[in-house]
Amino acid sequence: MLRPKHLARSTPIHSALALFSACSLSGCGGVEREEPSRNAGEARSEQVILLNVSYDPTREFYREFNQAFAEHWTGVTGATVTVEMSHGGAGKQARAVIDGLAADVVTLALAYDIDAIAERAGLLPANWQSRLPHNSAPYTSTIVFLVREGNPKRISDWDDLLKPGVEIITPNPKTSGGARWNYLAAWAFVLKREVSDLSKLGDPGYAADIARAETKARKFVTELFRRVPVLDSGARGSTNTFVQRGIGDVLLAWENEAFLAAEELGPDKFDIIVPSISIRAEPPVTLVDRWAEAHGVREVAEAYLEFLYSPIGQRLAAKHYYRPVYPQHADPEHLKRFPDVELISVDEVFGGWQKAQGVHFADGGIFDRIYTQ
Amino acid sequence: MFRALTARGALATAPSRVVTRERAPVRWLLTGAALAFLGVFLLVPLVAVFAEAFRKGVGAYLASFTDPLALSAIKLTLLVAAIAVPANLTFGLVAAWLVGKYEFKGKSALITLIDLPLAVSPVISGLIFVLLFGLHGALGGWLAQYNIQIIFAAPGIVLATMFVTFPYVAREVIPLMQEQGCEEEEAAISLGAGGWQTFRRVTLPNVKWALLYGVILCNARAMGEFGAVSVVSGHIRGKTNTIPLHVELLYNEYNFVAAFAVASLLVTLALVTLALKTVVEWKSRTAQTEFLPDLHNRETPDEDRTAEHLQDVWQLQGAQ
Repeated sequence: MLRPKHLARSTPIHSALALFSACSLSGCGGVEREEPSRNAGEARSEQVILLNVSYDPTREFYREFNQAFAEHWTGVTGATVTVEMSHGGAGKQARAVIDGLAADVVTLALAYDIDAIAERAGLLPANWQSRLPHNSAPYTSTIVFLVREGNPKRISDWDDLLKPGVEIITPNPKTSGGARWNYLAAWAFVLKREVSDLSKLGDPGYAADIARAETKARKFVTELFRRVPVLDSGARGSTNTFVQRGIGDVLLAWENEAFLAAEELGPDKFDIIVPSISIRAEPPVTLVDRWAEAHGVREVAEAYLEFLYSPIGQRLAAKHYYRPVYPQHADPEHLKRFPDVELISVDEVFGGWQKAQGVHFADGGIFDRIYTQ
Repeated sequence: MFRALTARGALATAPSRVVTRERAPVRWLLTGAALAFLGVFLLVPLVAVFAEAFRKGVGAYLASFTDPLALSAIKLTLLVAAIAVPANLTFGLVAAWLVGKYEFKGKSALITLIDLPLAVSPVISGLIFVLLFGLHGALGGWLAQYNIQIIFAAPGIVLATMFVTFPYVAREVIPLMQEQGCEEEEAAISLGAGGWQTFRRVTLPNVKWALLYGVILCNARAMGEFGAVSVVSGHIRGKTNTIPLHVELLYNEYNFVAAFAVASLLVTLALVTLALKTVVEWKSRTAQTEFLPDLHNRETPDEDRTAEHLQDVWQLQGAQ
C-alpha cells in the first residue's frame, strides 16, 4: 500500500530530474556555441554563429543588415550564418566585452571604447583601426536636436539650449558613446564661435585666446548638464525618456535616432533641428581576434565587417539614417534626407579620441568635475 | 511569520465583534483612503499592463508570444527556474534542518549569512559573479583558457538567480523547525527509525506547507529577477535574455504591445503566485490549528500523532 503511493509521489521528482539534466546539457553556453562553428570549418553546410556586440541605436539597422549578410554568405559559401546581437550604451558594452562577453565583432559608437578593449583586455591588436578603410567606420553620423512639434521653445542652435526654462535630455557620457559625442559637439561649437578658425587650435601664438575659449566652453557644457533632469545609460534610454515619458524640451540625439523617432514614432509629434555646427561621429567596427579565433569564425567575421562597406551594406546604412562612406551606393532618396551641416572631427578639435577621453571623460576628468559641481 | 499565523488561528476561534471605537465617518474615511491607495498603486498599473497589451487586439497580443526571441526568453526563464528552484529547495531544506534541529557555534552567524542575498542590492549580487568569473576575475583567466563561458551565458544567469533566491526556502522553514523542536524525531529514532526514515516520515511532513510556501516565493523571484541577471546576461538577444530582460528590450525598441504582452506573463505569474500563496497559507493555518491544542494540552492528541508516525515506521520495518 505504501509502495504505489511512494512511486506516485516520485514522478514529479523524476521529471524535475530529467529537466535538470536537460538543463545542464544545454545550459553550458560555451560548448553550445562552439559546436556549430567548429563543424563549419569542416563541412560548409553547417551553421555558423557570430556574436556582434553593438551600441544602442543600431538595432534596426543590424536587424536588416544581418539578414542581408546571411543571404550573401549562403550564396557565396553555402553555409548558414546566424548573427546574434547585443545592444546597450557603448561604454557599458565595451565593459562587458572586457569582462568576458565573447563578441566575435564589436560595432561601437566611438573608437575609444574599442581602444579600451585592446588596452585592458588585449583581445585585439592596438592598431585595429587601420585594418579597415575610413578609420574602420563604414558609416558616419552626427548629433542633432529633437524638439517637440512646432518647436515651442524656439531652439535653433546650441546657444538656445541655455535659454531659461529649457530642459535637455542626453544620456550619461560615462556609459554612452552618443552622449560623449553630444558633449564634444557642444564644446566644439563654443570653441568655433570663440576662435572662429579652428586651425588656430594647434598654434602656440593663439594660446591665450584658446585658453579663454576653453574656459567658456567649459562653462557652457557645465550649464548644459545642469539642465539635464535624467541621465540614462544609453541613447535608446534617453530617446524613450523624451518620446515616451515626455520629459524635457530637447533631446540631443544621434541623427539616425532622431530620424527614427521623428519619422517612425510620430511624424506629427517631433521636429528635427540641425544646429549650425556639429560633430562628425565615426562609429567604428572591428574583429575581436581572440574570440573570433577561439570560436573558429575569423573568416566569416571578417567577411561580415567587409560587407558593411559593400553596396548592399552602404545602401542599408543610408536607409537606416546612417551617412554612408560611399554615398554612390546609396539610394539618392535616402541621401536627400541628410541635411547639410558643417561637421568638425574629433581629431581636429580634440587631438583624437585617446586625448579627448583622458581630458574629458576619464575618472576625475572635466565631466566628473562639472557634474559634481 | 508562522507564529503570527498561529496567533491569528487562535483569534479566529474568538467570537467576532467590532473592536474600534471610532465614529462611522472616520472609519469610512480611513478604509476609503486605504482602498484608494491600493487602487492607485496596485490595481491601476495591473489594468494598465493588460490594457496596453491588448491595445492592438488579441491577434497582436498572441503574436508577441510566437516571436522566436520571446520564445527563447520564456524557455531560458523556465530553464533557470527549473535549476534554481530545486537547488534552493535542497540547500534551503538542509540549511533549515541544520539550524532548526542542531545547536552549534556560529549558528546565528550562519542565519545572518543565509539572509545576506536579501540585504544586498541585486546589482551587487550580479557584480560579484562578474568579479569571480569575468575575464579578469579570480577564475576568469583559467576559464577562458578552456573557452568556458560562465557569465554572459546561461550558467551565469542560473548562478545569479540561485544566489538572489537562496534565502526564500530557508527563511520559511527555519522558524517552523525551531518551533517544533526535536521531540518527534527523538521519539522516532528511539523506536528504531533510521535517519532518512525519520526525515522523510517525521520532519518533512511537519514542514511541508512552509516548504511549499518558500518554493512558490522562490520561483516567483527566480522568474522575475531583473537586476542581478541584467548584470551577468550580456543581453544577447535570443540567447541570454530572460523574460524581464526581453520586456525591457521590446520596450526600448518601441514595441509596446509586445513588451506589455510579455509583461502580462509575469503579471499572470504574480497573480498565480498570490493565489497559491493564499491556498498554502490557509492550508498551513489549518495544519497549525490542528497542531495548536497539542501544545497546550499535551496528552492524548500529541501522543496519537506521534503514534501515527511510529505506526508508519513499524509498518515500514515490517515491510523490509
